[in-house]
Amino acid sequence: MAEQILLKHKVVSLDGYKASGGWTALEKATRMEPAAIIDEVKKSGLRGRGGAGFPAGLKWSFIPKDSAKERYVVCNADEGEPGTFKDRELIRMNPYLLIEGMAIAGRAIGAKTGYIYVRGEFAREAALLEKCIGEAKVAGFLGDKLFGSGFSFDLHVHKGAGAYICGEETALLESIEGRRGQPRLKPPFPAVEGLFACPTVINNVETLAAVPAIIEKGGAWYAGLGAGKSTGTKLFSISGPVKKPGVYEAELGIPFKTFLEEYAGGMAEGKKLKAVIPGGSSTPVLTAEEAMNARLDYESLAAAGSMLGSGGIIVIAEDTCMVDALLVLARFYHHESCGQCTPCREGTGWTEKVLRRFEEGGAGPGDADLLLSISNNMVGRTICPLADALAMPVISFITKFREEFDAHAAGNTCRPGRTK
Amino acid sequence: MKKFKFSEEFNRKVAATVARYPKADAALIPLMQEVQRELGHFPEEAAQALANLLGISYARVKGVLTFYTMFRREPGGKYLLQVCRNLSCHMTGSVKLLEYLKARLGIEEGGTTHDGLFTLMTVECLGSCGTAPVMMVNDDYHENLTVEKLDKLISGLRAEAKAHK
Repeated sequence: MAEQILLKHKVVSLDGYKASGGWTALEKATRMEPAAIIDEVKKSGLRGRGGAGFPAGLKWSFIPKDSAKERYVVCNADEGEPGTFKDRELIRMNPYLLIEGMAIAGRAIGAKTGYIYVRGEFAREAALLEKCIGEAKVAGFLGDKLFGSGFSFDLHVHKGAGAYICGEETALLESIEGRRGQPRLKPPFPAVEGLFACPTVINNVETLAAVPAIIEKGGAWYAGLGAGKSTGTKLFSISGPVKKPGVYEAELGIPFKTFLEEYAGGMAEGKKLKAVIPGGSSTPVLTAEEAMNARLDYESLAAAGSMLGSGGIIVIAEDTCMVDALLVLARFYHHESCGQCTPCREGTGWTEKVLRRFEEGGAGPGDADLLLSISNNMVGRTICPLADALAMPVISFITKFREEFDAHAAGNTCRPGRTK
Repeated sequence: MKKFKFSEEFNRKVAATVARYPKADAALIPLMQEVQRELGHFPEEAAQALANLLGISYARVKGVLTFYTMFRREPGGKYLLQVCRNLSCHMTGSVKLLEYLKARLGIEEGGTTHDGLFTLMTVECLGSCGTAPVMMVNDDYHENLTVEKLDKLISGLRAEAKAHK
C-alpha cells in the first residue's frame, strides 16, 4: 500500500492523536510567519479536494494583507456529491486532523475563528467534531494564545439542513449566515468578501486535513508524492458493483485499472464493467475502455475528457440501463437546483421530463438531440456550476451510449433491463 | 395564528448559540433545528416567534424553512425513514426497498402510518455510497440493506416503540 497521510491512524481520543504525532505541526506553525506557512502549502502543490482542484496555497494568498476586517476559515463538510463519501470517513477516522489543519489555516491567513459546515444528515459526525473541539479547547490546542504564541483560534460546528447546493462555497456562506443557500455572484470572491462580508478561506475537509503533514514534513516532501501537477495522495470513494466498495487513499496518478483491481478487489462476481463516473456524479462518464486506460489525477482525467472532481468513483456494470441511470441523476439535479437562474431551474426540470419520456414510453427520434440542445443551453449560463453538473453527464451519456437512447426512442424495451 | 412559546430549555440555549456568530441572525438555522429537535417538526407559528426573537422578517424565516429539506413543517411519525434513491443506491436495489416499505407499512412516500410510528420518505444522496443501499432512521444510518434486514429493522422498531409505551 502506498503512502498514507489521511487514513494512516484511526484516532479515537485526544491522547491518541497526540501519541500519533498530532499538534506538532500546529505548534510549529505558531512559530512560523504566516507568509511562510502559505509558501509551504504553495510548494506542496496541494489542490482543492472538493472538486474544483484549485491550488490551496494560492487561494490562501488571496486574503488581503492590509484588511482591518476579521478573517474566517471555513471547512466545507457538506459532502453530498453522489458517489462521494470520503469526508465522512475521514472525520470518523481522525477528526483531529481536520481541527489541526483548520487552526494552521487560521494562523496562515490571520483568522481567529473557523466554522465547520457539516451536512445535516451527518448528525453523528457533527457531534463527534463538537466533542473533539471541546476536548481540544480544554487541553489548550484551541482557544487563546496557543503554545504561548500570540495566536488564538476558536472553532464552531454549523450543521446544514438538507441542500446539496450548500456545497457550493458561496451558498455555504449564505447558509452559515442564516439564509437560503443561493450562490452569490462572483466577484467579489470569498477571499475578499466572504463570510459576514469578511475575507474568508473555504476548503474541503480533505484539503485541510492534508495541511498538518505538509507543515510538519515540508511542502517539497508532499510535492514528491503523486504525479506532475497532481501532487500528494487523494481519497477515492468507490461504489457500485465492485468486490470491496469503500474509501481508499492512494497517490494521485494511480491507473484506474490498478485502483479497481488492487484496492477495490475488482468487479463483483458476474459483473462486467460498462462505464465509470470518475469524480462524483457531475463529472462526464467514461466508457469501460476509456476508464481502463486512464490515470486518476487532475490532468489525466481532463485529457480523457472528464474530471477528477471529488474522487467519487461510481462503477457501472453492463446490466445497468444508461437511460435509467441518467434519469436518476437528472431527477437529483432538478430537485437540488436552487431556482435562481432560469437555465438551471428550467433546464434541469425539462431534462428530467424528457428522460422520463424515454423510460416510460413516448420519446421520439429527435429527443436525444433535444436533450443535447437543452444541455448546451445550460452550460456556462448560470451563477454557479449546478447546471453544468447535470449538462456534463447528459452530454457524455448520450454521446457515448447513444444506441441505448435510440433503442428506447424506437420503442424497444430497455436493452440491459431496468434497474429495479 | 396561535402564539408560540419557546421551551425553557430552548431559551437557555439561545445565548450560547447566538454567541457563536458575530451577528445574531446567523443563529437562525441552529435555532430552527433546536425547535425541530424538541417538537419533531417546525410549526408555522414558531416562524413568527423566531423572527421576533432575532429581529428579522417572517419572510426570511419562512424562506429558510421551505428551502431546506430537513425542516419538517408537519408532525410526522416517531421514526422517520429516509430511503436514499441516488445512483449507487439505485443500482443496488433502493427501488425494491422502497416498494417493500410501502407495502409493509401501507403508506406512500410522504405518508405516516396510522399508529404514528413511521413516516416514509425518499432522499437524495446520503454520502454513504460504499455501503449502498442506505436508509436513515431519524439520525442513524442503516447500511448495506436488504429486504430481510429491513424486515427485521421494522419489527425491531415496532418492538422498541411498544416497550417504551
